[in-house]
Amino acid sequence: MNEKTEIDKNKEKPAQTHKIGIYLWIWGLLFVLSFFSYMVDWYQFQGILRWSLILFFMFLKAGLIMAFFMHLFWERYTLVNVLLWPMTAIACFVGLMVAEAKYTFFSRLIYFVLGG
Amino acid sequence: MSDSSLDNLPKGWKSVPNDLGSDQTAFKGVQWGKAMMWIFLLSDTFIFSCFLISYMKGRGSTVVDWPNTSHVFSLDFMGVPVPLLLIAIMTFVLITSSGTMALAVKYGYEKNRKMCGHLILATAIGGLIFVGMQAFEWSKLIHEGVRPWSNPFGAGQFGSYFFMITGFHGTHVSIGVIFLFIFARKVYRGDFDTGRRGFFTTMKSDYVSIEILGLYWHFVDLVWVFIFAFFYLW
Repeated sequence: MNEKTEIDKNKEKPAQTHKIGIYLWIWGLLFVLSFFSYMVDWYQFQGILRWSLILFFMFLKAGLIMAFFMHLFWERYTLVNVLLWPMTAIACFVGLMVAEAKYTFFSRLIYFVLGG
Repeated sequence: MSDSSLDNLPKGWKSVPNDLGSDQTAFKGVQWGKAMMWIFLLSDTFIFSCFLISYMKGRGSTVVDWPNTSHVFSLDFMGVPVPLLLIAIMTFVLITSSGTMALAVKYGYEKNRKMCGHLILATAIGGLIFVGMQAFEWSKLIHEGVRPWSNPFGAGQFGSYFFMITGFHGTHVSIGVIFLFIFARKVYRGDFDTGRRGFFTTMKSDYVSIEILGLYWHFVDLVWVFIFAFFYLW
């Protein structure tokens, strides 16, 4: 391809833009969600309530950033799939390491605390 | 992408095997640099995941109590200790800079050179403030006796995970800030309007670079969301 047609191709390419409103909305939502997750610590929620709230706000924020700020919502489906399916491997790794951590913890309890 | 040649291809689930099994390009209508940045970010996701998973494993297997983070990271405000104050401000600063970056990408595609440049500069300054506050936090903790091998607050592993994870993230922010300043200069100079060739490449500059830079910056913010949740709040 020579240089001229390359330039023409670039000019033809439509600029993909979205209304400013959507960015401002997501921005505002991220602020509100961050404020809520800070409040989880402020009010010293404990136990299951604390962990579920932290995870809920975290995944919501991550989802909003990826979908709208990183344009994944408008991106081609193949790219979205190639990016998101590997996350299942991370989830498996988390599961494995939770089991491993429990095993190590109980071994330490038995050998360090109870003394074998 | 409203490329007309893409409209003839299958949509939805069917597009995935069709695109991946097709000739020449797997990611149809996605500029190559953007696809490469995404793949880099995917690999970076795995690195950060490994750090956070090892932190989870370390914290879950210690028989000594984990330091109370809302106490360790509290900051005195007018004589009253406010839990996680600095971390909350850092979070808001990073989200603000993420928002300005998203708008910079939008104005870039609209070929609004001035607005795009101003917003990238604002993003860079936000990043600088973040790194500055992190440096303050590090020196405060080091001053209080937190070391990678021990600390006065609880389990000894705390320091090594803290310095490793926030340090690696801070490095990412710092690299991002450097690139933001470079790109702000390029935008102000009009490189993306004239298609001026880059320093390392003979390819013509295009506003899609701003979106690629934006992807990196949003990723840094994304990682912070997870660090904030798992390390500071948990």
